[in-house]
Amino acid sequence: MSISESALWTEGLGKSFRLHLQGGLRIPVLADVDLAVKPGECVALSGPSGAGKSTLMRCLYGNYGAEQGRIWLRHQGAPVELTAADARATREIRRHTLGYVSQFLRVIPRVGALDIVAEPLIARGAAPDAARARARELLLRLNLPERLHHLPPATFSGGEQQRVNLARGFAPGYPLLLLDEPTASLDAANRAVVIGLIGEAKQAGAALIGIFHDVEVRDQVADRLFEVLPIQDAA
Amino acid sequence: MSAPLLEAKGLNLAFGAVRALDDVAIDIHPGEVVAIVGESGSGKSSLLRVLAGQMRPDAGTVLYRDPAGTAHPVHGMGEAALRRLMRTDWGFVHQNARDGLRMGVSAGGNVGERLMAIGARHYGGIREEATEWLKRVEIDPARIDHLPRTFSGGMQQRLQIARTLVTRPRLVFMDEPTGGLDVSVQARLLDLIRALVADLGIAVLLVTHDIAAARLLAHRILVMRRGQVVEHGLTDRVLDDPQHPYTQLLVASVLAA
Repeated sequence: MSISESALWTEGLGKSFRLHLQGGLRIPVLADVDLAVKPGECVALSGPSGAGKSTLMRCLYGNYGAEQGRIWLRHQGAPVELTAADARATREIRRHTLGYVSQFLRVIPRVGALDIVAEPLIARGAAPDAARARARELLLRLNLPERLHHLPPATFSGGEQQRVNLARGFAPGYPLLLLDEPTASLDAANRAVVIGLIGEAKQAGAALIGIFHDVEVRDQVADRLFEVLPIQDAA
Repeated sequence: MSAPLLEAKGLNLAFGAVRALDDVAIDIHPGEVVAIVGESGSGKSSLLRVLAGQMRPDAGTVLYRDPAGTAHPVHGMGEAALRRLMRTDWGFVHQNARDGLRMGVSAGGNVGERLMAIGARHYGGIREEATEWLKRVEIDPARIDHLPRTFSGGMQQRLQIARTLVTRPRLVFMDEPTGGLDVSVQARLLDLIRALVADLGIAVLLVTHDIAAARLLAHRILVMRRGQVVEHGLTDRVLDDPQHPYTQLLVASVLAA
């Protein structure tokens, strides 16, 4: 696959953590990762627990700083090096291009579920009413009853919080979406909804990278696997 | 991309042998919330005061860009111009609400006074706007004629925020706005600040030692230690993947709730 077709690609991406509070201990996690994803494609990261799949996702989102190598993505039609983007440029890339559904919702005190989902849409310039309508539609599709929409999700169950998180991630229609265990605490009916959302995002030309421990879900959504190996085995 | 509202370079400041600022550079763009974190004595409050023109650095420049795009040296514009700026384009939220409020003037008067300072003259309109702002900061409008000294600490702080934001400044300096308040009151105040700042699109320079407050409010973080900026970047990157030993210590010292 040529790079020019990709929505996101990495070149020799490497990451280790240096723990200064533990005498400068260095923990290598990723080395020489060359990953490329095309628009309309869903790539599932595979590999044993602790291999660095979540670390790779966080690097791709700019949440962890890459130590070696580069991350590129297509942002508003042009290739942009995420690893060279400053904080403001990274925020801009996240606003328009790059979405991330983490395993856990980071709850904002006192903000209701509907507004949490509508917020990224408003940030990209949607009218608040249209953003809330879209948020409502997604929350209902994910079987979150209307009576919960205006409540802050702090008191919601794990599964309900994850569905709010998913609605927030899928609402804007990002061209690039990172999914970290999107179905981990969902029942079969909601898993099917998520599989449907992923399918529609691919249809719309989004590139997706996901970690799916649920093999059944993975087999239904992933076009291919990308193996992340523990670093001592990777050499 | 837009030009920065405030741009500081090469800031140095010493108190005797103590270097409060050691070659500090910082910029802040329209609508951006930037937190300066560090322990007491790190130089973060000195930096805020230098940027706001309240203290002169030994070396370095601070430029403010007005709505027309003209850059003005903050330390070369004169006191009258600086005071005017503080009444119009800028705002300052003090840690102690008593430093930002007029304690002998009613709640409504505190808010209305800022409006009058920028030229509002219609009494009914001013009172209406003050009422609206009391509601926005969750103070019962029935208390509009009460003196701030009859308010709780949290209410005083919310009143100070209303007084500061009523003129829709472009840049607000905040010095430990939740310091000294009960934890439950802090959360409410932080959330209120978060919502208002996002709504109004104002730029905020926030000094805090509270990492959780910085995470909730700030787009960007600068970590200061002994007068130097030891690390800076996107808030979640700095807090989730801290690079500098001091940032790692700061983040590790926070109790997870």
